Amino acid sequence: MIASHLPALQVVVPLLGAPFCFLLWRSPRLSWLLATLISWLTFAISIALLVTVNNSGTIEYAFGGWQAPWGIEYVVDQLNAFVLLIVSGIAAVVFPYSWISVQQEVELRQQSLFFTSMVLCLAGLLGITIAGDAFNLFVLLEISSLSTYTMISMGRDRRALTASFQYLIMGTIGATFIIIGVGILFMLTGSLNMQDLAQRIPELDQSRALHVAFGFLITGIGLKLAMFPLHLWLPNAYAYAPSAASAFIASTATKVAVYVMVRYLFSIFGVNFSFQTIHIQWLFVPVSLFAILFTSIVALFQRDIKRMLAYSSVAQIGYMLLGIGLFNVTGLTATLLHLFNHALMKGALFLAMGAVCYRIGNTFIDSMQGLGKQMPWTMAAFVIGGLSIVGVPLTTGFISKWVLIQAAVERGWWPVIIVIVVASLIAMMYIWRVIEAVYLQSRPENAKNVSEAPLSLLIPVWILALANLYFGANATLSSELAGNAAATLFSGTGF
Amino acid sequence: MELLVNISLLFMLSLTVIAVVRLKSLFAIVMLFGIYSLLSAMIFIALDAVDVAFTEAAVGAGISTVLMLATLVTTGRWEKKSSRSSFLPLLIVSITGAALVWGTLDMPEYGNPDNPAHHHVADRYIEQSPEEIGIPNMVTSVLASYRGFDTLGEVIVVFTALIGVLSLLQVRTPPSVAETPLRNENRKLSRPYPVLQVVALVMMPFIILFALYVQFHGDFGPGGGFQAGVIFAVAFILYTLTYGLDDALALTPVSVLKALAAGGVLIYGGTGVVSMLLGGNFLDYNVLSSNPVSGQHIGIIVIELGVGITVASVLICAFYAFMTRALPDQGQKG
Repeated sequence: MIASHLPALQVVVPLLGAPFCFLLWRSPRLSWLLATLISWLTFAISIALLVTVNNSGTIEYAFGGWQAPWGIEYVVDQLNAFVLLIVSGIAAVVFPYSWISVQQEVELRQQSLFFTSMVLCLAGLLGITIAGDAFNLFVLLEISSLSTYTMISMGRDRRALTASFQYLIMGTIGATFIIIGVGILFMLTGSLNMQDLAQRIPELDQSRALHVAFGFLITGIGLKLAMFPLHLWLPNAYAYAPSAASAFIASTATKVAVYVMVRYLFSIFGVNFSFQTIHIQWLFVPVSLFAILFTSIVALFQRDIKRMLAYSSVAQIGYMLLGIGLFNVTGLTATLLHLFNHALMKGALFLAMGAVCYRIGNTFIDSMQGLGKQMPWTMAAFVIGGLSIVGVPLTTGFISKWVLIQAAVERGWWPVIIVIVVASLIAMMYIWRVIEAVYLQSRPENAKNVSEAPLSLLIPVWILALANLYFGANATLSSELAGNAAATLFSGTGF
Repeated sequence: MELLVNISLLFMLSLTVIAVVRLKSLFAIVMLFGIYSLLSAMIFIALDAVDVAFTEAAVGAGISTVLMLATLVTTGRWEKKSSRSSFLPLLIVSITGAALVWGTLDMPEYGNPDNPAHHHVADRYIEQSPEEIGIPNMVTSVLASYRGFDTLGEVIVVFTALIGVLSLLQVRTPPSVAETPLRNENRKLSRPYPVLQVVALVMMPFIILFALYVQFHGDFGPGGGFQAGVIFAVAFILYTLTYGLDDALALTPVSVLKALAAGGVLIYGGTGVVSMLLGGNFLDYNVLSSNPVSGQHIGIIVIELGVGITVASVLICAFYAFMTRALPDQGQKG
C-alpha cells in the first residue's frame, strides 16, 4: 500500500515534517534530529522511486484521486527520479553535518527556525522536481525560494541580510516571469498539466503569445538558475549564508532549476519548438561560453574562498547550459551528468569550507595559510573536490567534461573545445591558489593554532569527497542514468 | 458600458502606479498601495472573479497596508534618495512591457466563450462538480478539492513566511511586562483613547462573527479560509492598536499563535494523511465518508478550517513581530 503512495510521500514527508520541526522550537537539537531523520527518509524514498521507475517505467500519482488534467499529478520518470536522488542524497549528507556548524554560526533563538527552513527548502526542491503540473511547480518553487531567503539571512555577517534581500528581489522577479509564462500557457491551452500542455503546444507553434510565454519562462527560470548575466544575486548569497545552507543550496537549488529548464525545453515545449522554431541554442551557446570564461576569471580574484566557489558555480552552470545548447544526445547527457557530478563536488567543497569556518571563523585565503598541517583531512577533501572542479581524470569532473567535449566534437565546434580547455586551466589556477596558501605557506604569526575539524563535520565532507572519486573511476551508473534520460528526452516521448 | 468601466479602472490604476514611483513620502505610498489593491479588486469583480477580488481586498488593501504601516514605525516616513541611475531598469521594464503587449495582441479574443481557457478542464469543473463535490461555489471546489494540493502548498507558503519573519524579527516583550513596577504606569499610558477602545470592543464581536461567516460560507459564496483568516486577524490587530501590545500579548501569547500556525498546516496535511490511511490517494476526500459527496463536504470544511487557523495566527504573529521591532531589545518571548 505504501509503495503506491511513494511519489506523494517524497514531498509530503518533508512538507508535513517542517511544522513539527518548528513546534520543537524549545529544543533546537530535537528539531535537527527530526530534520535529519526526514532527510534520510526522503533519500530512501527517492532510491525506491528510482528502482521502481527503472523496473516498471513512469509512475503517475493523482492527488485527491482526480485524474489529470483535472487534478494535480506527480510524474516520476527516469529524468526526475535521477534529480530527486541528487537532491535528497545531498540533503541526507548535509543535514547531519548542519548541527555543529549551525551551533556556531546561527544564533540560538534562530536555530530551530533554520532547521525548519532547511526541511521546507528540501520539500520545495523535491516538489519542483516531481511535479507534473506547471502551477504546482510554481507553488513549490515559492516554498523553496522563501525558505532559501530565510536561511541566507541567518548568516553571521551583516551582509547576509543584503545578500538575502538582493536574492529575494531577483528571485521574486524570476518567479513573476515564470507565473506570467504559465498564465499565458493556460490562456492558450486551458490546461496546466505538463503532459497535456506538451500535446497542445505543437499546434500553436506560430502563435505570438506562445513565443512570449516561452521568453518569459526561459528568463524566469534563467534568473533562478543564475544564467549569465542574471547571476548577480548568487555570489553574495552563497558567500554570506551559513555554511550548511551554502553547501545545501549550492549543490541542489541551481540543479533543480536546470532540471526545470530541461523539462520545459524538451518535454513541454518540445524539441522542435525550442530548437527549430525558436533556436534557443543560439542564446545558450554564446551566453554559456562567456559565462564559463568570464566568471572563472572573476573567481581567480576572490579573497573569500566561499565567494570564489560561488563564481565557479556560475561557470559550472555555464557548462550545463552549453550541453543543452550543443543540441545533441551526448550534450544533454553531459548536462545531466554534470548536474550529478557538480552536486558532489560543490557539496564537498562547501562542506570543507564549513569545517574551516568552524575552526578559524572565516574562509579568507590569507587566514587559511598553512592550514594544511593543522587540518590535514579537511584540506585533503578540499583538494579532491578542487581536482574534480578542474576535471582531472579519475574524478567526476573529468567524466562530465569528457562527455561535453565529445558532444562538441560531434558538432564539430572546435572553438567550444578550446574554451572548455582554457576554462579548466583557469580553474586549475584558482584551485592552485588555495592549495599553495594552505600547503606551501606557513601559518601567520598571530594566528591561533587550530586542530582538525570534529568527526561529525569530517564524515559528511569525506562521504562526498569519496563519492567524487568513486563516480569518477566508475561512472557507469551515473552515465547510464543520464544517458537514458537524455535519449528519452530527445526521442520526444517526453515523459 | 463595461468597457468604459474597465478603461477608467485601468486608467486610475496606472495613475496610482505613477504616483507611487514619483512620491517620496512612504506614508503616502503605503496608502496608494492600498488604493491600488482596491482598484485591482474592482477589476477582478468586473472580470467576474469575486473570490479573487475578496482576497485581494482583504490581503492587499487590508492586512498588507497594516504591515507596511507597522514597518514605517521603524524605517521613518521618507524615502532616501537613490544614487543609482534608473535608465537601465527603465529600459528593461519597457522591453518587458513591450514584449507582453506584442504577445497579447495575438491572444485568444478577450471574453470569447469559445476560448480554450473556458473549455478543456473548465468544462468538467462546471458540469460535474455539482454532482462530484456537491457544493454551489465551483471556485471552492477547484481550490479545495480538484487542486487541493496547490492550496496546501499556498498555506505552507504562508507558514514559511512566518518562519522568515520570526527569524528576522523576534517578537520582543514590551518593557512593561518585563519590569513589573512600571507595568501599571505603562498601562495608563497605553490607554489614552477610551472612545476608540469602546468602539473597538463593540466592533470586535461583529468582525469575528463575519470572519466565521466567511469561513463557513465559502462553500456557497465567495469566501473561505484565506479571507476569513485575514478578517479574524484584523479583529485582534484592532484590539492591539487600541489596548496596547502587552494586553494583546496576554490575550494571544506568541507561543500559542506559533503552535496554531503549525497546527493549521497539520490539520490540512493530516486530512490528506487520513485519506491515505483510508485507502484513497493523498487529499482524496471521497473516502472520508461512506458517501463520496459527504466525504467531499467533510474534507473541504476541515481543510478550510486549517487554512483559516494558519492564516489568522501567522498574520497576528507577524503583526506583533513588526510592532515590537521598534521596542528596545530586552528579553524575548517564545
